[in-house]
Amino acid sequence: MSGRILKIRDDLVRRIQAHGMQTYPHECCGALLGFDGEASREVVDLLPLANRRNDSPRNRFELTPEDVMLAEKTARENQLELLGWYHSHPNAPARPSEFDREHAWPWYSYIIVSVQRGEPRDMTSWCLRDDRSAYEGEVIETIAAMASETGEFDRKYSSILDAHC
Amino acid sequence: MPVKVIIPTPLRAYAGKQESVEVQAATVGEALDSLTSQYQNLKQHLFGDDGRLRSFVNVYVNDEDIRYLQKDQTRLKEGDTVSIVPSIAGGTHART
Repeated sequence: MSGRILKIRDDLVRRIQAHGMQTYPHECCGALLGFDGEASREVVDLLPLANRRNDSPRNRFELTPEDVMLAEKTARENQLELLGWYHSHPNAPARPSEFDREHAWPWYSYIIVSVQRGEPRDMTSWCLRDDRSAYEGEVIETIAAMASETGEFDRKYSSILDAHC
Repeated sequence: MPVKVIIPTPLRAYAGKQESVEVQAATVGEALDSLTSQYQNLKQHLFGDDGRLRSFVNVYVNDEDIRYLQKDQTRLKEGDTVSIVPSIAGGTHART
């Protein structure tokens, strides 16, 4: 898993950053949808979701089994795979916490975006080791989006946000 | 009796890359024991050091969460489907 490449379009990177800014100082979260390959995987769509941790949303996020099932269904309907999850760390670095590790699943990619004083900073991606002892970093490779992809995604993203967040 | 256990995507690598595994079990606890006996690397992802299901591991019998049934003592009948469904959680190092 070490050093696996996670490809993602630049407009989706901006969407994750925007979601983190929108929910700041609370954590944002959502699903990463795309294609899984042996050496790399590619995120081609996002499903922004509501943070279910109402008691401590500034430093915790949670998604219910129903959220996970929705993300899997959305992926299936679009002939994609549920590759993992993104969330923000408000006023904290974009590296996984012990709490992240304890609650992580293997195989999934976990993107973390740091949001400092409301502004997005570093973005990193991680995958849990098979033995759960630590995370391995993934290499985020940003791909320039074509204008048609960006426009289509903007329209879809707005309706998803309205429906789920 | 034979029941089907649905394996979530992140755990399939530890279950012979299968989407589901058929086991012989009369209760949910027996089904999970049988599953983790066959595929021992699954155990650490399903159970904590105290031997209890991890808090973010959810188990359903057909469409019912076993927390609202008899938990691991929930009885199974032939043809039941046991689904392991993740919930997802995380957060920063400290309260901000």
